[in-house]
Parts: sequence; C-alpha cells; structure tokens
Amino acid sequence: MADARSDILARIREALQVKAPKPHFKAEETAGQPVKIAKPWLPDGGETTEASLLILAEQLAKLKAVLIRVPDETAAGQAVADLARSKAWKQVAYHGAPLVRPVAAALPCPAWEADASFEKQKLEGCDASITSCESIVAQLGSILVSSASSGGRALSILPHVHVVVARVDQVVPDLATAIALMQAVHGEKMPSMLSFITGPSRTGDIERILVLGAHGPKELYLVLVG
Amino acid sequence: MSDAKQIFIKDATLNAADGDQRAFIRKALGGYYVNRDLQKARYRDWERARDAASLAKWTAVNDLANQLEKFTANFERNGGVVHWARDSAEARAIILKIAADVNAKAIVKSKCMTSEEIHLNDALEKAGYGVVESDLGEFIQQLRGEAPYHFVFPCMHVKREAISELFTKHLGTAPTDSPEELTMIARRHLRQLYVDADIGITGANFLVAETGQISITENEGNARLTAALPRIHIALSGIEKVVNRLDDLAVLLPMLATAGAGQPMTCYNTLYAGPRKPGECDGPEQFHLVLLDNARTRLLADPEQRDALHCIRCGACLNVCPIFKNIGGLAYGTTYQGPIGSVITPHLRGLKQWNHLSSASSLCGACTDACPVRIDLHHHLLHNRRNAMKQSPSLFDRAFHAGFGFVMKRPTLFGLGGKVFRATLPLLKKLPLPYMSAWLKTRDLPAAPAQSFREQWKDSDHG
Repeated sequence: MADARSDILARIREALQVKAPKPHFKAEETAGQPVKIAKPWLPDGGETTEASLLILAEQLAKLKAVLIRVPDETAAGQAVADLARSKAWKQVAYHGAPLVRPVAAALPCPAWEADASFEKQKLEGCDASITSCESIVAQLGSILVSSASSGGRALSILPHVHVVVARVDQVVPDLATAIALMQAVHGEKMPSMLSFITGPSRTGDIERILVLGAHGPKELYLVLVG
Repeated sequence: MSDAKQIFIKDATLNAADGDQRAFIRKALGGYYVNRDLQKARYRDWERARDAASLAKWTAVNDLANQLEKFTANFERNGGVVHWARDSAEARAIILKIAADVNAKAIVKSKCMTSEEIHLNDALEKAGYGVVESDLGEFIQQLRGEAPYHFVFPCMHVKREAISELFTKHLGTAPTDSPEELTMIARRHLRQLYVDADIGITGANFLVAETGQISITENEGNARLTAALPRIHIALSGIEKVVNRLDDLAVLLPMLATAGAGQPMTCYNTLYAGPRKPGECDGPEQFHLVLLDNARTRLLADPEQRDALHCIRCGACLNVCPIFKNIGGLAYGTTYQGPIGSVITPHLRGLKQWNHLSSASSLCGACTDACPVRIDLHHHLLHNRRNAMKQSPSLFDRAFHAGFGFVMKRPTLFGLGGKVFRATLPLLKKLPLPYMSAWLKTRDLPAAPAQSFREQWKDSDHG
C-alpha cells in the first residue's frame, strides 16, 4: 500500500483532471505603472503619514487599545512610569530592545529582561510586559509583534497588560505593506512566531457580550515615539 | 428514511417550537449584524474584495497538489514535521503516537473544528490523557458534554445562568450573572493549565505555501498561549486550507474577521514557522502538523461544487440563515452547521444519509450573499438534491417524475389532468401522500379556482 502522502497527492491530481471555472476578478489596471495603493478595495489605510496616523488613532480607540503619543524616548519612559504608578504594578518583564531598555530603566518597580530562558510561572506573575514591534498597521489598528522583536512567544500574551513602544516611522498604511515589509526584512528566515495584535484580548462567547481580557492582556498600550 | 434524517426532523421540530430559545439566538446575533455592517462600510469596495478573496482560494485549491508539496517542503525547512492522514482514524493514530513518544500527560487545546471532525478528544481521553479545551466557548461546551452549537460561537445558545451553574458545579466558584466575572473565572482556571500542559493542540486557518507558515486566527489569546507554553505543538488542518502567497492573507484575514465576527481584524492573527529557533527564548521544542484528507478529495473531484473547499470557516452563512436561526446548530448533527455544513456533510459522510440537509433550506440565498469567498451555497444545496435523486430515487420519486414528464409533454392530457386535479383536490388533501401531508400539517391549501389559466386566457380578449 502506498504511503498516505503519495496516496492523497495522487487523489488530488486525479480530482483536478476536470477543471473548475475561474472566478471573475479584474486586477488593478496599472498600465505598467507601480500600484500606488495596494488593494484599493480594502479599508483605507491613509495615503500620507498624517492620514495614516489619524486612521490608526481612530481604529485603536474603537478597539479599546490606548495610544500614547510622546515626542522622545525620555517622555516615553515618563509616560510608562506614570502608568506603572497609577496601576500599582509590582513586577514587569520586558524585551531588551534599544527602544524598550530606557523605558524599563525608568520604571518605579522591579523589571527584568525576558530574553534569556525564564520560568513560565514567573512571567505569569508579572503585572505587565513591555516589548517593541515590527510594524503597526494603520488600516486595521494592528500591531505586528514577533518572537524576534517582542522577546519570544509568551511575553506579549501572558502578562495582564501589554505595552508596546514603537517609533512613528514604524506605522505602515495597510496589511499588504506590513506583509511585504515582513518578507523583505526576514526573507526565508522568518521568526518562529509573527502575530498581528488587534486590540486587547477579547471574547463574546457568553451571550455575545464583549468582555476584554479573555486569556491574553486585558489592557493594550501603544507608546508612539516621535 | 435514514437515521440521521429521523433525528434531524425530531430535533428540528422540537427546537423550532421553542420560541424563547429562538428569541435568545436572534438577540445574540443582533450585535453581530450591526458591527458587521459598520466594518463592511469601511471597505472601499466589498464586492471586489470578495472577488479577490474568492480568486485567492480558487488559485490554491485548483493547484492543490503542487501548492501542498511546496508548503510542506517549506514547513519542513522551517523545522516542522508533517504527517499525512487519509482519514480520521489515521489522524487520531498519528496524534496518539506523538503523545506517547513525548511521554505526555496533560494536553491543552485551542479551538479546532477539524479535531471535532475526527473526534480527537474522545480518543485522547480513552488513552488516558487529560484534555482541556481553552477557548471559552469550547471550554463551556466541554463541561456541558455537548458538541459546539456554532463553529465560530460554540456556546451562543447557553444563557449566563446556566454557565454560572456549570462553573459552580465543576469549578466550585460562587454563582454570578456577570459575563465578565464568568470569563475571569475561566481565565484564572485555565492559566495554570497552559503552564502545566506538555502538548498544545491547535487548528490552522491558512497554510501559506510560499513561506511554510501556518496562520491561526483567534480573539481570546488562548491559541497564542497554547502554541507558546507547552513543549510540543501539534496543529491539525484539512488539506484545503492552503493559500499560495503570504500576500493573500492581506485580503483574507480582514475579510474573515468582518464576515465572521463584525471586526476589522480578530485580536490575534498569528503565523508560525517551525518550533523554537536558536536564539529565541521560548516556544515548543517540536512542531507537528497533521494534514487531513477525510473525503475532502471527494469534494475536490466534483468541479461543480469544488468551491465549497474555498470555505474559510467564518460562519457568516450560519449567522444569516433563517433555518439555522430557527432550528439551532445542534439539530444538524454535523461538525459544520448551517448552509456550508449542509453542502459539505453529504460529501464527507455520504449523500444517502445526509441529503435531507439539502432540503433544510428556503433557498433564499442569504448564505451565498454573505459568503466572503463567494461559495455558491444555495445552488449547491440544489445540486445535492439533484445528485441524490439521480443516485437513489425512491419508488415514489421515480413514478412521480416519469408521470409528470409524460403529462407535461402532452397539452391535452395536461388540460385534462388539471381538471381532474381541481375536482379531486378536497379529497387529495385527506390522503396521506408523501410531501403533501407534511406540508399541509401546518398550512392551509386554498381552494382550486373554477377555471385553469389556459381556460381563462381563452375566454379573455386575448384568447
């Protein structure tokens, strides 16, 4: 008997002997010009940086994520320290990225770098995590984190609060641009996890009523520098 | 009549008569309609987006063998292990073997309809493993010992009071009528289970051929935790989930969220490429993917209905279906409920046993309009009806259609037949005729007019 792989592939090839009609779709008519906006039928992501930032702010507000705009890194540290005080955080874990380290250093509570191997239980006990990100998608209010840019897989999902520190120039208009950028940066060596985070964790499983903080962070903050 | 049909008719009749439950389901879906329309309005052209989504899936499904070979080669290059399963039994055996090989005890699962399809939990529990569903809805259904009601909203039919009672009974928590408090009870309970589990089992929404990544869509973060904390990650996926390029997700991810849940994007859309890599601080040691056929190739072999394999399991067709809203998800008796379930179940489990679902439709076409990848759902229900009639017509069907064809080809006979029919109609109402008597149980048949249309036409000025 043939192995399952050859068997299934043979069944597929046999099945596809008869063609199915192709759906109708006219691609963008670009007449040899590069496409200015990718997929112009999806939700708008803004044609200029200003427009994108406006859409981003609107999307994040609807998602119940908090956007904090600051002029420089010192102000970013200040803003996160204020947050830590007002929420009475006792312990914070962070990813040792250049943008995050000074913010973590300004915290009024103990903070540890979660980039080496760590105890899962210790991370579960943290009030908050601080990470960087790969890019931010204005169109949808999504933040792209990865196991490379955000200190592994658990740091951005296990603690109860997630703070992302990013530069304004990391904002891209739409998902297609974020994906193209991801491919350009990582090529064939993708981080083992890449995650588009769109607002704090949520569920509607009980009577379709929205509750934040189902399993992941209940609060999501994006500190945008610049 | 097949067993499945008998059970279906009994359950559907019972549920359709439950006015409270129907009102509860309609209310639960009310918020979805509002949010879905708000999000759809943000698309600059929703119809073109549907065209693009449909083309992305068509391109992958109609080149499935090559794309699967490309995907698996890339998946393995990323450090993952691929397993192929022809049917449910093979898939279960593969997963049981992995669990035994890694000496596992506790298993945590995130939502995976394919695992419902192969009855994985039963098999794992029988083999002595502790298995916990981590998606809140699935967790509640597991405690209730009931199949999911809706493949996206598994416990949408359960009232908060019942959930509170369930948690008190199984988790020993104090009663509450707050959905927030109930969610937090589950959150606290499940957190430790992720930390302690040896294996995390997830599904996959998309398999990206170009990069060998799998994409998982969720809102709660339970799939993220399931794929982050246990030392082994097993993903289970149907072979049809392939897309050719990563760029296809730029269309499919937002549309899945908007059509399925009325969101711009679901909270977490995560791409996994292999187990923990050198230099990464956490993640599983092994990453296994089980690719399941289980009669999908049978559906693939039917070019007329092949597009049913484009389904991205958003659940939009259930949410708009008048039948689903009236009989509920459990009555279907299938893994996949609603219109898409009625279309594919006869292919997966046999047309003879499951064709009755093709008639559980008003053919209103709301499902086809709602489908983000343009599956021609309500016509496929008609195709299944036709195929069932061709495959195994009953004696009555054969006699009726032969007689109907004979009469329709002969105008004089047709006229005479009409006269006889009109004259004997009051008598026919009382006879236990197939179809007719079921229809008349809840409906009145109007009296026949004195004249047929042809007679009226002749008597008029036009005649």
